[in-house]
Amino acid sequence: MVGYLVSLAIFTATYALFSLGLNLQWGYTGLINFGHIAFMTVGAYTTVLLSLNGVPLVLAVLAGAILAGILGLLIGISTLRLREDYLAIVTIGVSEVVRLIALNEEELTQGTRGVYGFPLPLASLNPNLPLRLGMIVILTMICGVGVWQIWRWLGHVPQGADRSVPLRRAALGRQRLALGGYLLCLGGSVTALWWGFAMNTGFLGLAGASAIAALGCVYSRFSHPLKTASHQSWLTHSTIIAVNLVLGLVLMVYWAGVMGLYDYTYKAGLMWLLVVILGFTFWQLQRWVHSPWGRVLKSIREDEEVAKALGKNVFRYKLQSLMLGGAIAGIAGAFYAWQLTFINPDGFIPLITFQAWIIVVLGGAGNNVGTLLGAMIFWVYDAATRFLLPSLVTLDDARLGAFRIMVIGLLLIVLMMWRPQGILGNKDELTLGR
Amino acid sequence: MSNPDSAVSSVDSTLAPALLSAHGLHKAFGGIHAVENVEIQVPQGRIVGLIGPNGAGKTTLFNLLCHFLPADQGRIVFDGQSIESLSAHTIARQGMIRTFQVARVLSKLTVLDNMLLAAPHQTGEKLGNVWLRSRQIRREERQLRDKAQTILECVGLSHMTHTCAGALSGGQRKLLEMARALMADPKLILLDEPAAGVNPTLINQICDHIIQWNRQGITFLIIEHNMDVIMSLCDRVWVLAEGRNLAVGTPTEIQSNPQVLEAYLGH
Repeated sequence: MVGYLVSLAIFTATYALFSLGLNLQWGYTGLINFGHIAFMTVGAYTTVLLSLNGVPLVLAVLAGAILAGILGLLIGISTLRLREDYLAIVTIGVSEVVRLIALNEEELTQGTRGVYGFPLPLASLNPNLPLRLGMIVILTMICGVGVWQIWRWLGHVPQGADRSVPLRRAALGRQRLALGGYLLCLGGSVTALWWGFAMNTGFLGLAGASAIAALGCVYSRFSHPLKTASHQSWLTHSTIIAVNLVLGLVLMVYWAGVMGLYDYTYKAGLMWLLVVILGFTFWQLQRWVHSPWGRVLKSIREDEEVAKALGKNVFRYKLQSLMLGGAIAGIAGAFYAWQLTFINPDGFIPLITFQAWIIVVLGGAGNNVGTLLGAMIFWVYDAATRFLLPSLVTLDDARLGAFRIMVIGLLLIVLMMWRPQGILGNKDELTLGR
Repeated sequence: MSNPDSAVSSVDSTLAPALLSAHGLHKAFGGIHAVENVEIQVPQGRIVGLIGPNGAGKTTLFNLLCHFLPADQGRIVFDGQSIESLSAHTIARQGMIRTFQVARVLSKLTVLDNMLLAAPHQTGEKLGNVWLRSRQIRREERQLRDKAQTILECVGLSHMTHTCAGALSGGQRKLLEMARALMADPKLILLDEPAAGVNPTLINQICDHIIQWNRQGITFLIIEHNMDVIMSLCDRVWVLAEGRNLAVGTPTEIQSNPQVLEAYLGH
């Protein structure tokens, strides 16, 4: 269980990092990049091949990120002067070209046979107790900041539903009260799930969890400050429930991470490293997008003619955004390779680009917290359906796989109809005219 | 025609030296000659009007002047420097800011962000500085915010500072666009139909603002169909028709010019 949760956390964090790059490019700058996987491929292969040839891992990752950035530069120089749709076409083409090069340059990449046996970070580390405790403390701090961010966001939820200030203020206090109730329900459902897994009775756990979740829903209905059963408030509450489920997952994963770090394993070390890198990247990205530099990016997304008329070098900013997003995806690629400990070109298909798009759209474009949340929801969905669906739906594996993807499509359609701005997106922004 | 200063004096020796002057501008879209051999002079510190019937090429001329479209031929001199080969953003940085015929605001950004964006030479616009000079950036942001607030108060938008610009009405968008142009510390503002689709009270306000800012030293070139606006603001009016210069003179001269009347009324 601990091992599985740690793996899940690594996948989630890798995809979160990867999607943060896309969010910078598309969510903030409006560049339609359908070939994001190309950056990951370049990052993964560069890191792995360099480190196989004796280059220190840190330098190898940096080289991977820089090469991915240079790929962004090349794509940018050749296409950014065109309209957005052409950028979309060129990027998806480039991603396939990169993959085909990796497939056919067998002397370099060993083609379909793949690359394996490459050095892994922190693999030979055998930390003593203080070091392990130190790692745990850092992990705790990062998780704490993350949960605090979500908590702070929850305080702002009612703003979308009703705009009158006094009501909102009154709502805020009770919202926190309601949150306490949710967390209680949440603790119950997590315990039930855990118990269900531990006793190998998935159904029982599921039943318990859903019963408690249902209780939570009822509770939310009655604790709603405005006592209205409006569409909006229902949405707000379902969002809060979703967020709470994610919070629960964070707690579970955090616990697994602590256990993993305490009895040190390679995967736990990798997870720790990844969480640190993700936290740092997230923090830097937040700084960038809230700086005047980020303001220029957003203005380009909104209307690049205006940015141009106000003296901003639009082309240069687009290049920077594409390169930075690419470099972040390159780093994500290194972790992707380290997690799998084996890479071949089949792991870098365009599907992964679109999974990143799902994550960004789900969380709300132009919102880094939303992207993190989107990644978590995506992987929770993936994990939940992988284990629960076989016992609920009697289909063979191939059909089940297709079914899961169908449900993702359905969920996205529902989301686009009811909450087109994404989970954390700002509804006000969408209703504005041009 | 090679020396812009002599061209100015040939037009009117009493005016100040030209801040912006263009000669022999050509622009064709396929077989359509939108602008043909057009000349225009904007003297320093004045308000100059540009009028003409629909389709006369006024907006195209604007686009050529600030290089939103490349001119096929012609020379443009701004502030003593030849600018026809410079890119649009460089021209804007040199102090020539344009507005658009249909006001373009960044609708998902707040009014304040719209304003702050326009400020030139911000330290925080360079990515490296975001890393290294965060304190300086914060100080600059504070100063810019004060400046933006002052301008917004002046145009009467200060109560909307934190509203998304997309929530503004058409007239407010026009005001915001002008306020934003002012935020960029321009030498010359090109206004494309500032009074179009705006109610008469607001038109008067806009005119007052333009006159006030002009007194502070900003030169204006204004495209406008509303003759009252042109009459009350402009020192000099250039008339375009079918992509060519038709006439130039004071507003009174232009109003009684038979060629202009013919172009407008089609007799």
